[in-house]
Amino acid sequence: MTAAPEPDDAPAERPPRGFAGLIDLLRPRTTWGQLAGGLLCLVLGFAVVAQVQSNKRDTTFATARQDELVGVLSDLGQRSERLRGDLRELEDTKGDLERDVQGETALEEARKRATTYGLLAGTLPAEGPGIEMLVTDPRTAVRSVNLLDGLQELRDSGAEVIQVNDVRAGAGTYFLDAAGGIEADGRLLRPPYRFLAIGDPHTMTTALNIPGGVVRTLEAAGAAVSITPRTRMAVSAIRSR
Amino acid sequence: MIALIGLVAGVVLGFVLEPTVPLWLQPYLPIAIVAALDAMFGGVRARLEGIFDEKVFVVSFVSNTIIAALIVFLGDQLGVGSQLSTGVVVVLGIRIFSNAAAIRRKLFGA
Repeated sequence: MTAAPEPDDAPAERPPRGFAGLIDLLRPRTTWGQLAGGLLCLVLGFAVVAQVQSNKRDTTFATARQDELVGVLSDLGQRSERLRGDLRELEDTKGDLERDVQGETALEEARKRATTYGLLAGTLPAEGPGIEMLVTDPRTAVRSVNLLDGLQELRDSGAEVIQVNDVRAGAGTYFLDAAGGIEADGRLLRPPYRFLAIGDPHTMTTALNIPGGVVRTLEAAGAAVSITPRTRMAVSAIRSR
Repeated sequence: MIALIGLVAGVVLGFVLEPTVPLWLQPYLPIAIVAALDAMFGGVRARLEGIFDEKVFVVSFVSNTIIAALIVFLGDQLGVGSQLSTGVVVVLGIRIFSNAAAIRRKLFGA
């Protein structure tokens, strides 16, 4: 152990054991070695207090390492950049609205919002970059839950508009197993299932292809999946309700 | 006895002076403290076993703290500083426990 020399270094008379030993331990002996030990213990006590005090002052960042701090800083930088962009946009809108006496800009703003909501609700056709995912199902092994997983994965990876065969997916879209295919929102989909999703093609492709993800599950079930990124495509199906 | 007085005096001094730990020392001081605690427990144990030697105590105290800090420093340079300091703390913690157990056995005979 640390301060234990070889046993043959032991002094001739053994110190008393038990609590007598403890008292013997406390008996003052003034040798240079003892003084040096005392000095070291003084430094130790001082260092402990200094460390405890400095830990008390700020616990969040004092113990963090450099790379963690860099991560926190860059996160904050990105967030403030994003917020500054939002702020600029809102300032622009505010300026437009203030300048606009006839209510022209307000109308424009409202129309834009109506378009956004229409796209999200699925009542408007949409156009933009995205991917086409074709699921061929020769053994009719694809269940409704697989399609639901695919839809959720696309939503999670940022798809704004999704169409499955001729059904536009909305917030309340459901899938049911049915004879000869899968029923979606009351309409029967027959294989092959064709997903059209508008969003960032790269992000969606990556999300679908993760190990254990949608594509792997479908392939394990016996279906074939092909994903084609498109720079421009149209989603024409709309929801009537 | 002198060591105990030194310890108390150090704590009092720390509270009175309220020192700030310099930035370059911040990653290494906690590890050095744990190493020093280990050396101190080792010293008490050696004393109770009757094999205490001041020279060994002083040398082991100083070298342990320096080596512990050096290991963490090296780890920081290699990019595994946090893992390595965890490892050092675990090892020193085990040693402190085994020393404490030896002390307990000497004092209570159990």
